[in-house]
Amino acid sequence: MISKSSFMPIYQLHINAKQYKVDVSEKTPVLWVIREHLGLTGTKYGCGIGQCGSCTIHVDGLAVKACTLPVENVAKGQKIKTIEGLSENADHPLQLSWIEAQVPQCGYCQSGQIMQAATLLAAKSSPTHEEIVSHMNGNICRCGTYMRIVKAIKMASEQMK
Amino acid sequence: MDKTPKEKQGISRRKFLKNAGGVTLFIGASGLLSQVVACRDKKKVKAILKKQQLTAWIEMDTDGNMTIYNPAAEMGQGSMTSLPVIFAEEMDADWSKVKVKFSPQIAEIYGSEGWGPNRKIMLSAGSRVTQGYYNMLRKAGAQTRYLFLLAAAEKWQLPIEELSTIPGMVMHLGSGKKIAYAALVNDLVIPDTLPDISESQLKDPKDFRLIGTVIPRTDIPEKVDGSAKFAGDMQVPGMVYGVIERGRIHGAHPELQNEKAVLEMPGVIKVVPLDHGIGIIAHSIEQALTAKGLLQINWSNPKASGFDSQEIYGNYRNIATKGAVGNIVTDKGDVKLAFKNAVKTYESDYLNDYVYHAQMEPLNAIVQIAEDKNSAEVWVGTQQGFDSKLGVPDLLNLPPENIKINMCYLGGGFGRRSMTDFVLECTLLAKEMIPKPVKLLWTRQDDLTYGAYRPISLQRLKAGVDASGKLTGFSHVIVGNGDNLLASGIKNEYYDIDNQWAELRIQPNETRLKHWRAVGHGPNKFAIESMIDEIAKDQNADPVAFRKQLMQKSPRALATLEKAALMANWGAPLQEGRAKGVAFLERSGTLSTGICEISLNHESGKIKVHHFWSASDAGVIIQPDNVKAQMEGGIIMGMSSTLLERISIVDGVVQESNFNDYRLLRMEDMPESIETALIDSSNPPKGVGESGTPLVACAIANAFLALTGKSLRHLPFTPEKVLGVLKS
Repeated sequence: MISKSSFMPIYQLHINAKQYKVDVSEKTPVLWVIREHLGLTGTKYGCGIGQCGSCTIHVDGLAVKACTLPVENVAKGQKIKTIEGLSENADHPLQLSWIEAQVPQCGYCQSGQIMQAATLLAAKSSPTHEEIVSHMNGNICRCGTYMRIVKAIKMASEQMK
Repeated sequence: MDKTPKEKQGISRRKFLKNAGGVTLFIGASGLLSQVVACRDKKKVKAILKKQQLTAWIEMDTDGNMTIYNPAAEMGQGSMTSLPVIFAEEMDADWSKVKVKFSPQIAEIYGSEGWGPNRKIMLSAGSRVTQGYYNMLRKAGAQTRYLFLLAAAEKWQLPIEELSTIPGMVMHLGSGKKIAYAALVNDLVIPDTLPDISESQLKDPKDFRLIGTVIPRTDIPEKVDGSAKFAGDMQVPGMVYGVIERGRIHGAHPELQNEKAVLEMPGVIKVVPLDHGIGIIAHSIEQALTAKGLLQINWSNPKASGFDSQEIYGNYRNIATKGAVGNIVTDKGDVKLAFKNAVKTYESDYLNDYVYHAQMEPLNAIVQIAEDKNSAEVWVGTQQGFDSKLGVPDLLNLPPENIKINMCYLGGGFGRRSMTDFVLECTLLAKEMIPKPVKLLWTRQDDLTYGAYRPISLQRLKAGVDASGKLTGFSHVIVGNGDNLLASGIKNEYYDIDNQWAELRIQPNETRLKHWRAVGHGPNKFAIESMIDEIAKDQNADPVAFRKQLMQKSPRALATLEKAALMANWGAPLQEGRAKGVAFLERSGTLSTGICEISLNHESGKIKVHHFWSASDAGVIIQPDNVKAQMEGGIIMGMSSTLLERISIVDGVVQESNFNDYRLLRMEDMPESIETALIDSSNPPKGVGESGTPLVACAIANAFLALTGKSLRHLPFTPEKVLGVLKS
């Protein structure tokens, strides 16, 4: 069914400790809002069906896939965090360990990987190998950097002790 | 390379073109230097540069901060670091002051000479970037160093041959005087001709200061804070969004049934009928995608309908048996006679299904055509091509210099981004929106279903042995679609087999195909290396020992085999339920042996890879840690394609649609360890980006044979296929 609707609500979003107003329809995925409307392009589009994790962001501290999250669900004061807001100076322990372990290759999935890993370390500073793998299993890396991702998470975990 | 003061007399006083606070050095085997030098009119020089939007290999300011331009794509393989490192090595640059940017896409200046004599091409494919630019960038770096030596010699009034360099500085050994390159920037002069530096005048690899050391990749900091720009991340003022609905069967033509209704949808600006699809342009991406989902299209019935990618193997089998001889790749000795005289012959067929690139960033581009229609600008992540302007000049009927390609990072390439279909599509949409920029996005489903896959094939291998068990004849016939995509890796140049035959029997169909990381090496080496192990097993020979015999005349190949066997502790007793498999291959000049250790869940049919060891001879290693990363990643991608990946086509329609049904290897299935050894070498560097991937299928198949006594002969080795083989 095709309907011509001109009504576009204005949503107020709280992203990386800033307030943004966006004028989009209610089902618009948060991914498009933050990337294309607000220009926070560190969060990537990979599959659109929540299968790859390239679009992982935090909503009230939980890792969420932005590609399947309608904007109307996060416009009631929820605190959204993207890779751009993970740290002040790109110095989150995971960002530093990611450089130290030379994790990224093409780099496209890595914002999502880091955002996913950050919620693990926030909940548990010393996860086991199995906990890391289970937590990260929803994030695909086609370049195959998994071994280094695990290494970097363990390095950051050591740092945070 | 150092010139005596006498030879220096021809040097003019013309200085380099100065820009704000520094100089731009037009150095390199580009012809540009002579072009600029030959021109005495500064205004004209500036005009040339402006018109061609040229820049140079490096820029340096008076504080010594340098930018080195990288002419290759950066899709994860590390060229953004390795090529500048090569230049900086010979220049003796202070690496801590180096920044790297993409060069303009102008093949006459920045093209690699590695694609054959008298050609300069910008193309990041076939693992040929490092090897293609190695000599060129070393020479350009050495010429740059020469200019600083020359400037210091003038300044100090000392013979140039008494001067040398340390990183970022010229020094005079006799007096201990030193001067930073930065302090010489204003004294640089252009000689009428730069010395042509011969290879013997370049550094001895043992004197390398940067090459072979662990240098962090220059692109990584941007890739951990979200600031790295892929083409889809660019925001060009006034931009609108394009999407295209393409047919589910390749070659189908669309007829839109509800254009009026679509045009009335929120945000929709235009509907653009194309030969192969219906384009939609809208103010926002979500509006474009919503409209795409509601298109009602009647599709023509193209030639591809009726094609079935599983049933076709029956035809291929018949063609392998009864078909006419095709393109002969290898005809060495007399293979028929060898089989006739053999005490035993072997024959097996190996199959491989279509696989999809699945680069993490779906295809996208931005194109803007100027109001006067005289020029256009493109933002794209591309593996480049024989036309460094990606076909846009032809499509717009404009001269190449009027097209500016802005290179962005590639979210993976693996061969798919060496096609320009998506750039041309975007250009067609932009033509409808002049002068607005159009950002075209392919959804994942578009990217997968309208993919260009690694071809399917059936490979019939025959081999014969003499009474001593020596391989005397080896024949390899490939039946499949994909022309030369099928051929790479069919040769056995490192095995001493007197009589060999290799042949392609091409069976064209309508499926779109493209190079996929390591191209034919994946399927072909799977077949060859599996056959070698099947023969070794029948001859009660150890697979490593059997290969050692075959490699007696190939010491470099043998060295990788021995190294990998040592690393894997080959022959040592294994845990119950485990087995190891070995494979050897050459890809892009690099020789590699891989060994894996697997176990098998007999209930589910799932193969688990526990460990992978590889040893490679890739010549001089520019960035050892990055080479290891390429091997690790390549092996993971090889595991993914070997164990999981398959595109199925039924009645012309691709059955898979996204990562829910085209599964990729996830972290839970990564091995416990991947160890990579690199053999010391001072030979020129070879390609490494594709070396790991094709090792995997054959190593796993051979481990499976060792574990179960059964052969896996059809890629991928999905659990249901494994169960079928176990029951057979």
